Amino acid sequence: MSLNAEKFREDFPIFKRKINNRPLAFLDSASTSQKPQQVIDAIKDYYEQHNANPHRSIYTLCDEATQIYEKAREKVAKFINAKSDKEIIFVRNTNEAMNILAYSYAMENLKEGDEILLTIMEHHANIVPWQMLQKRGVKLKFVDINDDGTLNLNQLNEMITKNTKIVSVTHKSNVLGTVNNVKEIGRIAHDNESIFIVDGAQAVPNMPVDVKDLDCDFLAFSGHKMLGPMNIGVLYGKSDILEKMEPFMRGSDMIKEVQLTETVWNDLPWKFEAGTPNVEGAVGLSAAIDYLSKVGLSEIQKHEEELSVYAMEKLNEIKGFKPVFNGTLKNGVISFNMVGTHSHDVAYILDEFAVAIRSGHMCCQPLMRRLGMQSIARASFYLYNTKEEIDTLAEGLEKVNQVFKV
Amino acid sequence: MNSEIYRETILEHYANPVNAGDIPDADATARDFNPSCGDVVEIQAKFSDGIVKDIKFRGEGCAISQSSVDILLGIVKNKTIAEVENFTTEDFLEILGIELSPLRLKCALLGLNTLKTAVHTYLTRV
Repeated sequence: MSLNAEKFREDFPIFKRKINNRPLAFLDSASTSQKPQQVIDAIKDYYEQHNANPHRSIYTLCDEATQIYEKAREKVAKFINAKSDKEIIFVRNTNEAMNILAYSYAMENLKEGDEILLTIMEHHANIVPWQMLQKRGVKLKFVDINDDGTLNLNQLNEMITKNTKIVSVTHKSNVLGTVNNVKEIGRIAHDNESIFIVDGAQAVPNMPVDVKDLDCDFLAFSGHKMLGPMNIGVLYGKSDILEKMEPFMRGSDMIKEVQLTETVWNDLPWKFEAGTPNVEGAVGLSAAIDYLSKVGLSEIQKHEEELSVYAMEKLNEIKGFKPVFNGTLKNGVISFNMVGTHSHDVAYILDEFAVAIRSGHMCCQPLMRRLGMQSIARASFYLYNTKEEIDTLAEGLEKVNQVFKV
Repeated sequence: MNSEIYRETILEHYANPVNAGDIPDADATARDFNPSCGDVVEIQAKFSDGIVKDIKFRGEGCAISQSSVDILLGIVKNKTIAEVENFTTEDFLEILGIELSPLRLKCALLGLNTLKTAVHTYLTRV
């Protein structure tokens, strides 16, 4: 029996909202997910009952806030099967995690002639921070995709050299829906003695991810794509590597002792968390993990696959519907164009039907250029989406054709 | 209804722009993007005796951004530089005559902003 999305929808207050007098069909969870009442209540409860600045004093509220914050860290560690909660650093989002790695790992360890191996399907968050290394003579290399939207692993094998110090790859493409074989890529990276980084922004919310199984050195993901609040994310790192790294942000809470001209860093993970932390975010993320765990990540993945198959059948019947890759990928992400209509106009007309989709370059301009497209429309699914919403999407696309006389 | 903004004139300028193209000996060129959606407009202009003698654009993007720039160039062609400088956002939106949400406003004004940059580039050079 498949997952009961209708039942889960009741937990999300936003689905009571009507847009243009229609129920909201939110098909943009790859951008950000909606939040269940449980997450909203957890944040409310934190502020109503426990708010204080953690790690700083000994009164009751401070003790509670500290415990709540650190319990959230333990929950994240368990969720991705990290060895220890010391390996969980709270950040704002995946993008910030990548910056920490670029500044605190790459800038400290890479030198002229070294290489960083990326892929053409990376999000800007996993490209732009690394470009900074080019000024010291580090070369960026990009593995291409195959004609079916999968990563060209043969090419990856050919491109990796003894100078490749970092391999950083997305687990799941936000445009193509491709799920990369990161375990295999990690093996190739480690055989080459390269550091292996996984961008988990799209995978962690939608499928089981186990850092021990993947054997990645770092994994980054964002809370807001997995039912949690915005501005809380996670950088997982193997503790032996994190120990040797310099902090990225410096200031309060990340110190043991401060002299006028020198400082002893705090232990892991706090060494990387300067300033008052985002306790509200951690609390919300913790509640989100509880929710996802209850539903089951494998169930969510299966549900998204079912919706994808249904959507491809339904949408392929519509005149002018051109998926970026036809029918080979079923991972809850459907990127497409409508012949004769720009994606922005498609999204705008769909809004009339209360259908929310993403349009534009998807923060993946190099991939868009590779695909020969200036922009695309993307529908993405999550545990609360239904076949009825896909029917509404189809209805909206017919209207697009009518308006643009296709 | 969102689809109401796609009036006949908008769709016509989108499908068959009259001011698209290049001016090889342009006096000023300006290019601008809408970073959120990736829409791009490049305007080339030729000036003579303080008048916009010729003006063309190239671009990629939605029906609103591309038709707006095409309509805009039709308005400013053969106008004086002073008239172009005094041509406001409000003037332009009145001519377009469609209801736009704040996000769509950015699409409609991409061309106007690029035009202002082109004129400014020309004026600071001469």
